[in-house]
Amino acid sequence: MTSQTAAFDVRVIRDRLTTKLNQELILTLSLIVLTVITTSINSRFVSAGNLSDMLANSAYIAIAAIGMSMVIISGNIDISVGSLIGLLATIAGKIATDGDFPLWMAYVVPVIVGALAGAVTGFLVAYLGIPAIVVTLGMMSVLKGGLILWTSGRWIYGLPSGFKLAQWDLLGTPVPVLLMIFLTIVAALWMRYSNTGRAIYAVGGNAEAARLAGISRRRTLMTVFILHGVTTGIASLLFATKFNTIQSTVPPGLELFIISASVIGGVSILGGVGTVIGSTLGAVLLKAIDSAMIFTSISQYWLQAVQGMLILLTVLADLLRRRRQSYLMSRE
Amino acid sequence: MTTIAQELQDSVANRALRLAKRVLLSQEMILLVITLLAIFILSEQNDRFLTRRNLEREAVLLFEVGLIALPMTFIIITGGIDLSVGSMFGMSAIILGFTWQDYGWPLELAIVAAIVAGAIGGFINGTFIVRLGVPPLIMTLATLAFYRGLALGISEARSARGFPQEFLKIGRGELWGLPHQVWVLALATLIAAIALARTPFGRSLYAIGNNELAARFAGIRVKRVKLAIYTLSGLMCGIASVFFVSRVTTTRSDMGTGMELDVIAAVVLGGTSIFGGSGSIIGTLLGVILIAALKNGLLLAGYKGDASLVMVGAILILAILINNTIQRYVRR
Repeated sequence: MTSQTAAFDVRVIRDRLTTKLNQELILTLSLIVLTVITTSINSRFVSAGNLSDMLANSAYIAIAAIGMSMVIISGNIDISVGSLIGLLATIAGKIATDGDFPLWMAYVVPVIVGALAGAVTGFLVAYLGIPAIVVTLGMMSVLKGGLILWTSGRWIYGLPSGFKLAQWDLLGTPVPVLLMIFLTIVAALWMRYSNTGRAIYAVGGNAEAARLAGISRRRTLMTVFILHGVTTGIASLLFATKFNTIQSTVPPGLELFIISASVIGGVSILGGVGTVIGSTLGAVLLKAIDSAMIFTSISQYWLQAVQGMLILLTVLADLLRRRRQSYLMSRE
Repeated sequence: MTTIAQELQDSVANRALRLAKRVLLSQEMILLVITLLAIFILSEQNDRFLTRRNLEREAVLLFEVGLIALPMTFIIITGGIDLSVGSMFGMSAIILGFTWQDYGWPLELAIVAAIVAGAIGGFINGTFIVRLGVPPLIMTLATLAFYRGLALGISEARSARGFPQEFLKIGRGELWGLPHQVWVLALATLIAAIALARTPFGRSLYAIGNNELAARFAGIRVKRVKLAIYTLSGLMCGIASVFFVSRVTTTRSDMGTGMELDVIAAVVLGGTSIFGGSGSIIGTLLGVILIAALKNGLLLAGYKGDASLVMVGAILILAILINNTIQRYVRR
């Protein structure tokens, strides 16, 4: 028994050294290359203002991608996340502008509602056995329709000065950036060292082995989806306070952007593999590409095509690297 | 003596009962009952619902989703997915509009170009999935962004309009008293249903979905089959876009946004397992009809379009839940 766990640990450590560190290194290198190329065309790209803007803009994607990464690592997926962010941002805005409620509720309620929504999805997936892609497809429809029914598409104006989380600075750094770094570190440590964190990898990597090891798949999945709801709630607060108005609609394609951040970050869609540090770097890289295209004055119309191509390239690079690694391992 | 006769009788009765159970409680039968029930309730709400005019209009509106849902059923049966259909649809529409308007191609050639563009889009998806082993979800997620980006880049967000009267007849004309779309969809559905249920090609899709490795050992050309169905998916997107452009008389680069989810919802609602290995064209057709009937019926009953979104989402989850429960009972 003990020798088995020891062998398991050795493998995990080796995997970590070969696989995971590499993906994060690749992302960091890509960021550096992108920065160098863009700067050589337009030196304003590396100005402090732009860099902090870029990071601040990627924060809500990165935070939502933390929960999304957990969901994908556990072998599931959530396509309703964009709709949920839209709904939670609207809830936050309504509470903040209503005046009848204390302002702290605008911060707390969306996170709680997010956790509840996560719990509902988690229950349907873990206990009733409906595939996550189907559940969240349905949830997306329900949330999106419900949101428009509720607000009739009316925007929310005039957020109070106490509700501008995404626009504040602390120690000269935008609050979203601090929040992104803090949550990424906490989640990374938790997933690496806590029992439940390890259980997520086990459930996603090999459900049967996890069961034999005495891990409750259902409880793990519930935890994952509730945590995902919480990070979605926090992301929605940043999203809501980015500007002084809230559009009360679901930003189209937001869920795909968040999933892309995770996947580019090296989270395997097949489950069991990936880190939140990778997904955060993925989110930053995606936003950096956006920003770089503006600074190199590539036509706005081609932005999405280039973005799609880059997603594909990153995924391919990751895939080929993994194939090479498994070849190396098989040779050992 | 009597005991043998009795036993015989018993076994015949048993077999009949089992058969009845299998047919009456099959996924499709349950869906049929749900669909009829929905149609009945909706027609009670508004007497315009069950009129010939409304049904014809309805058939035209569900045409695009219905046509694309056919190859999507094939793909999901093999355990894959195609998220890029909405983008291929939009890209084909743009190619049609802009080869005709900007490059001055004859309209016939532009139509062919649009359909070919769709097929190439699907072929690229298939090639990467088959040759490089990119998971379909990731590949088509990337091309969802990429193809939409191409549509946006080519059109630069301008729209093409002013098509000749001849062209508009494709999507607005009638043949033997029914809209063209009804005939095309009926024919395509029939061919797809026969191909899936009665040909080696169709059976190989189930084999791949159930166990890809076993299918390969059984001599099925797995890669070729998969490449074919992804290409078919693109081809159908191209054909659907021609009818759509003709019907709405303009092309815009955001056409078909979010369509992938309508299509997948219809297929999954139709009882095709998202894990692959089971499903049917009849089920998909019922799924398409149920969603269209709900949307149209609720609209006629005076609800806003967004209420139907909520309903479709809820019904999707409920239908899967009911079906799962019943299938578990049948198998027992």
